[in-house]
Amino acid sequence: MSASTADLPTSTPAATAASQYDAIVRSGYEHGFVTEIESDTLPPGLDEGVIRAISARKGEPAFMTDWRLAAYRKWLQMPTPAWASVHHPPIDYQAISYFSAPKKKDGPKSLDEVDPVLLETYRKLGIPIEEQKALAGVAVDAVFDSVSVATTFREKLAEVGVIFCSISEALQEHPELVRQYLGSVVPATDNYYAGLNSAVFTDGTFVYVPKHTRCPMELSTYFRINTANTGQFERTLIIAEEGSYVSYLEGCTAPQRDENQLHAAVVELIALEGAEIKYSTVQNWYPGDEHGRGGIYNFVTKRGDCRGARSKISWTQVETGSAITWKYPSCILRGDDSVGEFYSVAVTKGRQQADTGTKMIHLGKNTRSTIVSKGISAQHGQQSYRGLVRIAAKAEGARNHTQCDSLLIGDKCAANTFPYIEVKNPTAKMEHEATTSKISDDQLFYCRSRGLAEEDAVSMIVNGFCKEVFNELPMEFAVEAQKLLSISLEGAVG
Amino acid sequence: MLSVKGLRANVGENEILTGLDLEVGPGEVHAIMGPNGSGKSTFAHVLSGREGYEVTSGSVQFDGHDLLELEPEERARLGLFLAFQYPVELPGVNNTYFLKAALNAIRKSRGESELDAVSFMRLMKERLKVLHLDDSLLKRPVNFGFSGGEKKRNEIFQMAMLEPRLAILDETDSGLDIDALRIVADGVNALRDPARSMIVVTHYQRLLDYIEPDHVHVLARGRIIRSGGKELALELEERGYGWIDEVAA
Ligand SMILES: Nc1ncnc2c1ncn2[C@@H]1O[C@H](COP(=O)(O)OP(=O)(O)O)[C@@H](O)[C@H]1O
Ligand SMILES: [Mg+2]
Repeated sequence: MSASTADLPTSTPAATAASQYDAIVRSGYEHGFVTEIESDTLPPGLDEGVIRAISARKGEPAFMTDWRLAAYRKWLQMPTPAWASVHHPPIDYQAISYFSAPKKKDGPKSLDEVDPVLLETYRKLGIPIEEQKALAGVAVDAVFDSVSVATTFREKLAEVGVIFCSISEALQEHPELVRQYLGSVVPATDNYYAGLNSAVFTDGTFVYVPKHTRCPMELSTYFRINTANTGQFERTLIIAEEGSYVSYLEGCTAPQRDENQLHAAVVELIALEGAEIKYSTVQNWYPGDEHGRGGIYNFVTKRGDCRGARSKISWTQVETGSAITWKYPSCILRGDDSVGEFYSVAVTKGRQQADTGTKMIHLGKNTRSTIVSKGISAQHGQQSYRGLVRIAAKAEGARNHTQCDSLLIGDKCAANTFPYIEVKNPTAKMEHEATTSKISDDQLFYCRSRGLAEEDAVSMIVNGFCKEVFNELPMEFAVEAQKLLSISLEGAVG
Repeated sequence: MLSVKGLRANVGENEILTGLDLEVGPGEVHAIMGPNGSGKSTFAHVLSGREGYEVTSGSVQFDGHDLLELEPEERARLGLFLAFQYPVELPGVNNTYFLKAALNAIRKSRGESELDAVSFMRLMKERLKVLHLDDSLLKRPVNFGFSGGEKKRNEIFQMAMLEPRLAILDETDSGLDIDALRIVADGVNALRDPARSMIVVTHYQRLLDYIEPDHVHVLARGRIIRSGGKELALELEERGYGWIDEVAA
């Protein structure tokens, strides 16, 4: 997550692929289509003027403009991160347009006010807002082209004092909260992409859960990149006060396009004493064509701070999209008895590359962390799990359990594991298990001899492999994730 | 129902099936016996369409279809079922879910409606009862961590659920103690039906004390060298397989 990830040891691959399948087929990108909505877009390029323009258009308080400019100046001095396991052509940051907003400026009060083209987009995605509204317990803050255009269930949340809005709105309505917490987990200097995001972020989500409040519904945001050449710089900030609980779902799909698109989001979570934050992601961005052209570059900094005693932060992610994924949702276990969890399924096929994992930083006493990582590689997919578990000298009685499994489909893909452990306290208890398996001919034949098509057999075995992670997802999301996995592996075996 | 003529098949360089002939009529139960390595499993695998076998000559007709032209799943959907000698483990795949998907894939291919969860559960309960099995295996991943006996029972249960027209049981008796053997044999007998044929592959005569075959065949060096009624099994029991090498050579 931080630039220092690149310093992790690059040991020889723990496992590489080898198998008997070679007929490799492609499956089309189901969600690949572009919605025609007029955008109010800044011309490409980045300098202090652009940053001031973004801040001005959003009517931000002065502290925010200054914060962005400070971040930008530091970013200019940062080297581009170099890491072992992903490769892409250099990104031209001057070719990116840093602001894009749908024409209709004022947020709609109901679905009737939402642009029908947008609603159609959601319909095509199979995640219609109508349906989501009907799904009791799911509030939707749909982010479309960097600006929220549909927010629902706000009143219900307001009744219990939960704030759920875009970060732009939060800057207008709760500037003191933003000021207090923004950058307190991921400082602008943390890494190259976090620096860029801090300078130019245009929108994202803000959640505040007051003391001893259980958020009455799952909070959900669907991200979608739409306008050509618009980099997305989302900023998410979630604060759970003492003894509170919130579950947040993030999902995204994108239309097919030609240019590589940079996505550099920052997510900061803060859990105070006894609070719990559950953050779930299903990511399905355009992975590029079979040569890897045109896919999304996903460089995300996600970090949670278990700031209070007995707090808990749990990351669950299902990553099937993007040309390149670089993300390490992490937990800083600062409070005594705090708990960090990371459950991950990552799929790479075609020419996709993923370098993902987590960091668990144990600072407090009796802190516990669990890591369950399931990597699936097919075709030419390249995947690295990179995990750091650090037990600080004062973290008496800390415990970590890491389970890291790779499943290979075909013989041209690869999975690498780079576990990295730093223990400065002798009372630490660490467990690490790693397995690499292949979908065997025997398994496929067994399924087919029962009447199942090969693709269904693969998706069944893969879903079985991922079960421990899917079990952590909220119900509707788990169903969606399974569907996504099946779609993304169609034609990966043959 | 099934007509195998002059079937020859290679694994790599080696010819394993060397001109095998077999005719199975509707509702008939055939036992195929033979020493280890004689090609019994190879025959079962070639019938069900497993990759890795090269059929060099001969033909297999199943209900008017050229079986060798079809994919394994197409054969299954036509009503062919293989109870594996070594059932395969599918970690993480729930047994009930697996069976429901398989049954519905078969039903769908026949233009029948898919069973919903309730009807499926009802059918499952009914079949468990017929086989005198309990439902303890259903919640576990397919064959994963099952004992040898549990795996074999699970194969029979799958057979009961999928209702094949031709079932091939490949050494379903091997490795079972007498109680487990009885459970499996009772299950098979319960599934005997005028519309269902069975090929029971076994190394030992023992199973045939419980499952009474209409015909018994002796397979040696890749072809059937003798056929007869159930008394042939008893003869094999007495004489062992030693004499076969002379006949087959
Ligand atoms: N996949 C394979 N590769 C190489 N040889 C094989 C393979 N499968 C079977 N054989 C050989 O074919 C012969 C018949 O094996 P099999 O059909 O398993 O016999 P049975 O089931 O009667 O014990 C044996 O000599 C065995 O070694
Ligand atoms: Mg055998």
